[in-house]
Amino acid sequence: MKKALSVYIHIPFCLRKCLYCDFLSAPAGEQERDAYVRALCGEIRAEAEHYKEYMVTTVFLGGGTPSLLSGKQLARIFDVLREHYAFSGKPEITVEMNPGTITEEKLLHYAKSGVNRVSIGLQSADNTELARLGRIHTWEEFLAGYELCREVGFRNINVDLMSALPGQTFASYLETLRKVTALRPEHISAYSLIIEEGTPFYEMYAEEGEAALPDEETERAMYEETKRLLGDCGYRRYEISNYALPGYECAHNCVYWQRGDYVGFGLGAASMTGGRRWSNVRSLSDYMELPDGAKKTAFCTLSEDDQMEETMFLGLRMMRGVSEASFSYAFHRPLDAVYGKVIEKHCAQGLLTRENGAVRLTDRGIDVSNYVLADFLLGE
Amino acid sequence: MVQTDQSRIRNFCIIAHIDHGKSTLADRIIEKTGLLTEREMQAQVLDNMDLERERGITIKSQAVRIVYKAQDGEEYILNLIDTPGHVDFNYEVSRSLAACDGAVLVVDAAQGIEAQTLANVYLALDHDLDVFPVINKIDLPSAEPQRVKDEIEDVIGLEAQDAPLISAKNGIGIEEVLEQIVHKIPAPDGDPEAPLSALIFDSLYDSYKGVIIFCRLMDGRVKKGTTIRMMATGAEAEVVEVGYFGAGQFIPCDELSAGMVGYMTASIKNVKDTMVGDTVTDAARPCEAPLPGYKEVTPMVYCGMYPADGAKYPDLRDALEKLQLNDASLRYEPETSIALGFGFRCGFLGLLHLEIIQERLEREYNLDLVTTAPSVIYKVHKTNGEVIELTNPSNLPDPTEIDYMEEPVVSAEIMVTKEFVGSIMELCQERRGRYISMEYMEETRALLHYELPLNEIIYDFFDALKSRSRGYASFDYELKGYERSEMVKLDILINREEVDALSFIVHNESAYERGRKMCEKLKDEIPRHLFEIPIQAAVGGKIIARETVKAMRKDVLAKCYGGDITRKKKLLEKQKEGKKRMRQIGNVEIPQKAFMSVLKLDDK
Repeated sequence: MKKALSVYIHIPFCLRKCLYCDFLSAPAGEQERDAYVRALCGEIRAEAEHYKEYMVTTVFLGGGTPSLLSGKQLARIFDVLREHYAFSGKPEITVEMNPGTITEEKLLHYAKSGVNRVSIGLQSADNTELARLGRIHTWEEFLAGYELCREVGFRNINVDLMSALPGQTFASYLETLRKVTALRPEHISAYSLIIEEGTPFYEMYAEEGEAALPDEETERAMYEETKRLLGDCGYRRYEISNYALPGYECAHNCVYWQRGDYVGFGLGAASMTGGRRWSNVRSLSDYMELPDGAKKTAFCTLSEDDQMEETMFLGLRMMRGVSEASFSYAFHRPLDAVYGKVIEKHCAQGLLTRENGAVRLTDRGIDVSNYVLADFLLGE
Repeated sequence: MVQTDQSRIRNFCIIAHIDHGKSTLADRIIEKTGLLTEREMQAQVLDNMDLERERGITIKSQAVRIVYKAQDGEEYILNLIDTPGHVDFNYEVSRSLAACDGAVLVVDAAQGIEAQTLANVYLALDHDLDVFPVINKIDLPSAEPQRVKDEIEDVIGLEAQDAPLISAKNGIGIEEVLEQIVHKIPAPDGDPEAPLSALIFDSLYDSYKGVIIFCRLMDGRVKKGTTIRMMATGAEAEVVEVGYFGAGQFIPCDELSAGMVGYMTASIKNVKDTMVGDTVTDAARPCEAPLPGYKEVTPMVYCGMYPADGAKYPDLRDALEKLQLNDASLRYEPETSIALGFGFRCGFLGLLHLEIIQERLEREYNLDLVTTAPSVIYKVHKTNGEVIELTNPSNLPDPTEIDYMEEPVVSAEIMVTKEFVGSIMELCQERRGRYISMEYMEETRALLHYELPLNEIIYDFFDALKSRSRGYASFDYELKGYERSEMVKLDILINREEVDALSFIVHNESAYERGRKMCEKLKDEIPRHLFEIPIQAAVGGKIIARETVKAMRKDVLAKCYGGDITRKKKLLEKQKEGKKRMRQIGNVEIPQKAFMSVLKLDDK
């Protein structure tokens, strides 16, 4: 039986960089995009020999804005992938889309290529808020794109939302939640905006501009409302920021949290298989010039301690938590032998709970998850 | 053996207000006399330590011997003794001056006389030195040499009309300075046949040679084999080597005799045996009385020093031991703090001295330190008649056992231009200063005499002075004595637990203000916890100020994209690393730097 493999493919292009974005992405011309797809296909082909014992169970095309690629370009990527890699019977294949770039032609190509899940970056249903974020689309354009996806036949759609946006009020956020849940997407990712260093937002809001951001009380109220309203609408929270209708959890995402094997193709993409992590080079010119099989860098063989740490700080992001049985199966010792004290400390503070053979974060624990997770790092 | 005729020796120092160009002039003189080629010259030769160069101040006394061929055709030996340039080191300055026969007074052609100019001149005149002025920085556009000359004559009463006009920076007029050194500074007139008496003006510890004594021979001779005795400490040792100072090196010679400046080594293990100001004599043929002016230097400021990492305690102890070999005025003794663990209570001559030691510990010994608020020494008179010299606020006896307290007071001289007199007087009032008198040096500048409590000036007085006079005020002080004062101990409670390392002694009337600022500051320094943390200031159990660190609401990682786990882990590691640099008090984690925050209560 072949091992399961998840594939991530990075498309580092967008029409215009959003003001809060710190991902590896930049605007590029048609020629540049075409050259990139060629290099990407070369890489996918060259790496195939390492994955003979695997079969692909999930694929995720992220960016950037993967939907900037033409239907043909995307089809080429999938052709190479299918030609050189074995696939499982019902793989989950997701493409991220910017609402401003959805066309019927693309969607038809996607469907033909086997794409069965689309993830649409809406962020907000308020056009003023969208403009402030530097997004290229409006709520109306999103709506048209969303309906087009349904018409073409996509039965698994994710919508990305953000709270704590500049100028956002509790009322406007509530409106966004209501409008989106009314559409009944199968999956909703809801994040709080984090102002990252090196983004235009950092200059605008990190220091004196802070007043433009919702205050802590409002931000917390938005967060609580997300949990309540989505829950009421039948969405189950399965990870800190991810909600899904039953059966529609994103399998690809879960692979990251549960430390399944995954390989990343494309600029800066991260991989982990067999207890080893690496990532591709992050400079576009390097990526384009290096030979097909030599774009990997930053190799790191994970020690047992590293693996235990990851099992905890990734696994605890899942609402189901970390199973004591699978921990002791993987590391040949009980969870308590390694983390007994830490777990006890946080259980006592009401941040962790232990039931049915699993350790998981409580609601309060989720709020301050960094504080809890940092304690699971071993060593001095 | 050829001995230099005393009439060809000139022992001198250069005195100046800070930044008036003392060290630069010294460099030019050394350069001019060809002691070093220009290639070998590193700016400010005499300031050996990196710290001295960086801060542009002289911390330790240094000496150098220069051979100068004067215009009269004779060769002269000029011994330049460089003196420390800060009020913390006043005693060292006075001993260096005592080793000289004359002084070159450097005055900035634009700024004219400043507080330290006066203080140094008076100190030099007190030691019967012949002083002649030099006007430096004449190349500055704002230079007014004639005005400064007149000022020197009017204010100090020194003949200044023929003062050399120089630019040490550009090497202008150095020859003239050297000529005047030869002609205006008297030759030494000691008796080489009299019993040995030599003044120690500095010493340093060398791991091969032991203590190297820097001294000026007043009378007599000393050479290898002489058994010497330090008259104050009583230590005796046999001389291994004598010599004089090249630039940055020791040059051995056969003998030192009356009038000469040089060094001796005698396998002495500790600088404590060779205190600055002590008299070295011949044990076999001692002089009748020691040279005047010796006193034991005592620290004025104390603070606790703790290793940030408790395991480094032995390293800190070793480092302090080594520093003390070279610095007899540094004191330390072990102490324990509930908050900070094992450390040392250290005594310093002043805040600059404290900062220097702290920086050297951190740089040269690679130690990460937590320093508590500096404190002066209070005298606590107990009801049972006992008097305690209090260096650590935590040791203050129970108020019921205290009859009264005394605090050290200094006499300060502040020189300031007329327009800022008002704001400076206001500052002195705020700092509990007592106005003594004011005199106008000339029409535009005044010299203010105040008496100020030492604890009001050790933190940030100098900065406040500068900011309220746009940098124009200058300041000098000396300890006057102790005065009775209403002092109280201000305690800080974090999450209702008293943190001993944050306690400090403060005047009754300033307690509320200081307590409030302290709470505000700590509120910013202490990160949010899962629970609300009250920060309180208390005097004698009564809460006088309070702030609250709100409970942490949220601490969540950003979106984890495309399986880039490494970045997430780095964030968590950073968080964990941050925690390690915290001190645990009860269940509150306090960052190390919070303990130093008492130092930086803004003057606003």
